[in-house]
Amino acid sequence: MNSAQAVETKSDQRTQTGSNWRTVAKWAQTLGPLIALLLLVVIGVLLNPNFLSWNNLSNVLTRSAFIGIISVGGTFVIVTGQIDLSVGAMAAFIASLMIIVMNRLAQSGWPLPTALIAGMIGGLVVGLLAGVVNGLLATRGRIDSFIVTLGTMGIFRSLVTFMANGGTLTLDSGVREAYRPVFYDSWLNVPIPVWVLAIVVVIGTIVLTKTRFGRYCRAVGSNAEVAHYSAIRVSHIRVIAFVVQGFCVALATLLYVPRLGSASSSTGVLWELEAITAVVVGGTALRGGSGRVWGSIVGALILTLIGNILNLTSIISVYLNGAVQGIIILGAALLQRSSRTR
Amino acid sequence: MLEVELPSRQHLCEVSIKIETPQMPPKPQSPPDPAASGPSAAPAPTLAASDVSKAFGSVAVLKSITLSFQPGEIHAIVGENGAGKTTFVKILAGMIEPTSGEIFFRGNRIEMATLRGMESLGVRFIHQELNLADDLTVLENIFLGREVAKGPFLDEATMRERGRKVLAQVGADVDLDAKVKDLRVSEKQLIEIARAIAQRATALILDEPTSVLTQREADRLFQIIQQFAESGAAIIYISHRLEEVKRLAHCITVLRDGHLIATRKAGEISPSEIVRLMVGRSLQDLFPKKNYNRDEKYVLEVRNLSVRGYVTNASFGLKKGEILGFAGLIGAGRTELFEGIMGLRSVSSGMIFKNGKRIKLSDYPKALRALCAVYLPEDRKGKGLVVSFDAQTNYSLLGLERFGAYFVNQRAERAAFKKAIERLQIKVPDRFMPVSRLSGGNQQKVVLAKVLATEPEIIVFDEPTRGIDVGTKAQIYHLIAAMAAEGRSCVVISSELLEIIGLCHRVIVMRASRIVASLEGDAIAEDEIMMYATGLKQAHSPFDQ
Repeated sequence: MNSAQAVETKSDQRTQTGSNWRTVAKWAQTLGPLIALLLLVVIGVLLNPNFLSWNNLSNVLTRSAFIGIISVGGTFVIVTGQIDLSVGAMAAFIASLMIIVMNRLAQSGWPLPTALIAGMIGGLVVGLLAGVVNGLLATRGRIDSFIVTLGTMGIFRSLVTFMANGGTLTLDSGVREAYRPVFYDSWLNVPIPVWVLAIVVVIGTIVLTKTRFGRYCRAVGSNAEVAHYSAIRVSHIRVIAFVVQGFCVALATLLYVPRLGSASSSTGVLWELEAITAVVVGGTALRGGSGRVWGSIVGALILTLIGNILNLTSIISVYLNGAVQGIIILGAALLQRSSRTR
Repeated sequence: MLEVELPSRQHLCEVSIKIETPQMPPKPQSPPDPAASGPSAAPAPTLAASDVSKAFGSVAVLKSITLSFQPGEIHAIVGENGAGKTTFVKILAGMIEPTSGEIFFRGNRIEMATLRGMESLGVRFIHQELNLADDLTVLENIFLGREVAKGPFLDEATMRERGRKVLAQVGADVDLDAKVKDLRVSEKQLIEIARAIAQRATALILDEPTSVLTQREADRLFQIIQQFAESGAAIIYISHRLEEVKRLAHCITVLRDGHLIATRKAGEISPSEIVRLMVGRSLQDLFPKKNYNRDEKYVLEVRNLSVRGYVTNASFGLKKGEILGFAGLIGAGRTELFEGIMGLRSVSSGMIFKNGKRIKLSDYPKALRALCAVYLPEDRKGKGLVVSFDAQTNYSLLGLERFGAYFVNQRAERAAFKKAIERLQIKVPDRFMPVSRLSGGNQQKVVLAKVLATEPEIIVFDEPTRGIDVGTKAQIYHLIAAMAAEGRSCVVISSELLEIIGLCHRVIVMRASRIVASLEGDAIAEDEIMMYATGLKQAHSPFDQ
């Protein structure tokens, strides 16, 4: 017993010296995205004094709202160790259905507000169902979520093309007028989409950090086997994560439809990659197990800001937007990696 | 970097076949003097370790080991789980780097031993988990990495010829073209050895090779090992089965908690002395007194339970306040039986009764509630702990609902965890430290705290002391005894007979997916259990139906 105890005290000491290093690494990893965001803001201000104007800022926030809201759902999916590639196509699919439903209802004489609300509820329900389908295929069907959502992505995308008959679905002008305020109006000088984003972030953060479900998401993503042996219904958690994602996509789409007023097969293209990028840049591990909702929003803001800054300046061509984003992703990945090395 | 010249390929296969003309005396006249540590001692040992230490993160697993292995000698390394045996031989095989110390091959110091480098010197390590390419054929595996070539092409004919010879030599009756994945475990083991012979190993390291073998297969293996040693190879043999070690080895080294305790000639040490050295204390101190207030009431009854491929018609009962041991060889179906009962694995047939009432088999969350039973998994890192989580989060993961249906009351959680730490004397230096940085013993205590926190009536401990130090073991034994004394029913599945014998009131033995015996009182003895476990004794157990 004595020798064993001696060993343990010794190792305790060593652990403490080791933990200093860890705190530094952890600190860098935790605040990395925020520092990057700050850096971008400073660059933005240096390049253009108008950068910090409320107009520009609310513009950036509003543009970030779509990807931001989707990436909150994406955080849950990725934390549980899965991935959803179908979100862009799903958004286009939901937008098409909403446009069709709203137009039909309005044409058949429903009062406009009722038609709009019915369309929105329909959109949310479809989003939830799409999440259920993805989730069940990935769990009951025992197909890797990457493959599942690759498949449903194709299905959603081609359904959009089919419904639009190869062209574009457009909201009737009356309906669009009535729907416009959802995107363009402000409350307390803050655009509606930004409010929605804020609410989603707060709720998402609370769910991920304070609830049993959030804890289980992390456990399942870290080690599904351990979760199974901890009496956690792993499949349920995974399905629910997809449902959360589906809901977030629908919510983002509700805000998107009035902005463009139309949907076609090119709607939402590459949104899935932007959402995943936002999540990963925000510090959520792509292999699952740990993540944070606020990080994903910071990630979404970083992506939007890059585009915004390139637009405001002529030093780097706007056409290089993708390249700069790519560098940011790689930087984030490097940062994550360095804090993981033993 | 390796200063030793490689054996030429031609040489490689010719010699290995002829055991009748050994290059070395069959048994060294004077087994190595354990005190002579350095490689300078003549004749130069095949392998030697000098002052080798190893720490994984903060946990020191080997402390300054100096040991040498002579050609032609079978050197057994014994010790309890977690004593550092496997780590030590992995260092010898170049699979892991020592934190400090030196490795010598035939007297030459090896800098930066790598697996490839050591293999090219003929040091072969046969793992507990066999290391063959499953999708390749037997022949391809035997020559993997050492293919015989004619110009740019493989010399198929020569390899076949030699392959056949080595297979005959190890007595493996398998087709050269069979895929390895289709072979039985014992055959795979023979292929590993055939490979070592074909590649003219100078030193062969076997890590618990008999844990998956039947008695007959093990006997055959011993013969081959002896022959191989006589041909001049140094054999390093890890085991915790003392009988076979006594029988096979020339020389026995005991490790305990990473320290080299003693090296003795096999003839000069009795099994009981080996045990004393391994455990470092007498058994009476290690195990609590067996107090069992006989309570004939069955808390749990299992009838004719089958798990496809693992368990056939298992029936047994578990009494209140009892510690029931489950003994058997690895793969006998003990873990799967209890995973079936707990709903962790699907069951093909059978009935379960709790306090006489039938319980429908379902998933683990339901079993947890209906049976009020928990299962401590054998694989701590794979099934017990999320290693990247801190101890508290791991602790509360099972039965998290007790801190709130939706929101987790983190204050209550923290308070409960503090209590558990005190009760089990878990050392957690930093609240937010991931459990991967705790020592094995403390990790195991966190898992124990996790399963016990649900206040279960039935606790299944699957290999509760694997890979932890003796001090923590004793603590865990006392904890299990205390649980039983509180009226909880405990099942202990263990491959360590000492543990089964020292701790359990009653012992059930499983063999090849069936329950073959139920032992009580004086019948709980090493020989008796092993006879049933290996099939040498087949009783008409009252459970056969």
